[in-house]
Amino acid sequence: MRLVRRDAPSALRSVAAVSVACVIALGLASLIFLALGRNPLEAYRAMVVGAFGSWYGLSESLVRMVPLGLCALGIALAARMGLWNIGAEGQLVAGAIAATWVALFLRPPDWSMVWLVALAAACAGALWATLASVLRAWIGVSEILSTLMLNYVAQACLEYLVYGPWKGPDRFPYTVYFPQSAWLPLWPGTRIHPGLVALVVLAVLLWVLLKTTRLGFEIRLTGDSPSASDYAGVPARSNIVLVMAISGALAGLAGMFEVTGLEHRLPHAVAPGFGYTAIIVAWLARRHMLGCLLVALVFGGLIVGGEDVQITLRIPQGAVGVLQGLLFVSVLGAEVFEHHEVRWGRR
Amino acid sequence: MTAEPSMLVAILHAAINAGTPILFAATGEVIVERSGVLNLGLEGMMMIGALSGFAASRALGDPWLGFLAAGGATALFALIHACLAVGLRANQIVSGLALTILGCGLASFLGNALVGEVAPRFETVPVPGLVSIPLVGPILFRHKGPVYLSFALTGLAWFFLYRTRPGLALQVTGDSPETADAAGIDVPLVRTLAVAVGGAMAGMGGAYLSLADTPSWMDKMAAGRGWIAVALVIFAGWDPVLAAFGSYLFGGLVAVQLRIQAFGYSVSPYVLSMLPYVATLAALTASSLRPRLRLVSGAPEALGRPFDREERR
Repeated sequence: MRLVRRDAPSALRSVAAVSVACVIALGLASLIFLALGRNPLEAYRAMVVGAFGSWYGLSESLVRMVPLGLCALGIALAARMGLWNIGAEGQLVAGAIAATWVALFLRPPDWSMVWLVALAAACAGALWATLASVLRAWIGVSEILSTLMLNYVAQACLEYLVYGPWKGPDRFPYTVYFPQSAWLPLWPGTRIHPGLVALVVLAVLLWVLLKTTRLGFEIRLTGDSPSASDYAGVPARSNIVLVMAISGALAGLAGMFEVTGLEHRLPHAVAPGFGYTAIIVAWLARRHMLGCLLVALVFGGLIVGGEDVQITLRIPQGAVGVLQGLLFVSVLGAEVFEHHEVRWGRR
Repeated sequence: MTAEPSMLVAILHAAINAGTPILFAATGEVIVERSGVLNLGLEGMMMIGALSGFAASRALGDPWLGFLAAGGATALFALIHACLAVGLRANQIVSGLALTILGCGLASFLGNALVGEVAPRFETVPVPGLVSIPLVGPILFRHKGPVYLSFALTGLAWFFLYRTRPGLALQVTGDSPETADAAGIDVPLVRTLAVAVGGAMAGMGGAYLSLADTPSWMDKMAAGRGWIAVALVIFAGWDPVLAAFGSYLFGGLVAVQLRIQAFGYSVSPYVLSMLPYVATLAALTASSLRPRLRLVSGAPEALGRPFDREERR
């Protein structure tokens, strides 16, 4: 078997490749369900119904879509420039910590509360990403490893705070509740908070930025051909710092929405892997801003539906993680067949 | 701080113990990257190794059988990366990340039933004779079995890379796959074998965690060691012996971190737990800042670049 590179794939071929990849991933995951003695078709049906079959399920899927989508937008934007932000998890934590600090300790006037909380969270996320981007831009430290190491550092900071100085009066690793002025309004009867609107608006803004602005052009140029962008005099270092800061700010905002929209306090498990799952979301969306929205919704549903079947079909925890991993691997494999033609036999 | 000899011996002994899982993974990654393939899946492979080692030791009743099973199972798992990155020439960074995400997910899912269980574990086996050498004996020769294996593997990796023909073929494949191809070396085969060997080593590192270091199964028990190993390979300039010393340096950090309160300092354990990650960042920065710090040559020339016979450059 030989692979021969082909020119730009047709839309039909792309859709076909991704569809085949999804079928393969679902098929492999079925083997695990079968080994557990569960009917895989029933499990998938229950997941879809649980995630999207009721208004409650859909609303919960939309709630999970927000952090996934915000982190994925940042990861995708950086990836368009050829940068790997593996640190959304830590940037999300940094955002949540900063938001908590403003809400609990700075205590600004009520009218300015939510805006200052958001500003602090975005800045903290951006700062956390900047630690990595400066090392990358001026010293050449791989941003993959530095952003990843910073995830562990951020989580340790969070644990220090909620088990230590910021611990609430009861025995559990939470801060006290925020003042009411920092609670975001919810859509009546659901947990949907304004983060959903922010996500959609930011996705459109970033899409416009990439398509129409000079910075957007430079990002795409650097991603497609670093040597061409160098030749064209694109300011590589400052763009790395700027793009990573935007990327981190988006994840920081995701952390803010988790604490002010849902928890109303800072828990030690504010980031249950959203930043890592968002890498898969960004990749499956082909680093396309609007595509991130759609894939984030599907993955939000996957989390909600997965929690559902865990209880109803008594499937052990973590099945969704496996399914996500399988999807990532098979879509990655399928992408190759989009850009290559298969020829059999020797030349 | 007055460090008595016994305290120093205890810390250096603990450094080797804590450094061993990283050493296995990092030595394997040196071999993989020397063949021109970047495998960022170490963290996931270590988790697969930790789980399969623990489960196999429990089922078969012997930690060495568990250890071997971990190597075998993780080598198979690593072949996913070989299929994607070598066979299909997919992006190696994404493929490695996918391997980490899939490995951590699989281990977490399949390990649910093993939380809180016990399995036969490695016991400390002092080397007769050598252990009575003053200072050196208690530091180097009072360990659990796989530690001695890791000493041997470090030497073996060095000998293989620098003193054998297949080792030379591996280096050529990583530096210039076109030259290797012209010399009749089967580039995809060499790279696939390297990925499998690296997987087996990472799996054994993971199994050391679950069978010797903290003998039990816990989700996320690799705790970033796989990523630290990736960073260490850069820090060590792609040399197996330097990678071993680097691993012990990190092990020493963990050992000091666990004992710092015994010295009478009151530092939050959460702050101390940042130490290995901050140190990794510092080490990466140092090795990028001062190229002279890299005692051997830099990265393999073709690291991360897929090889396609038909796309002549």
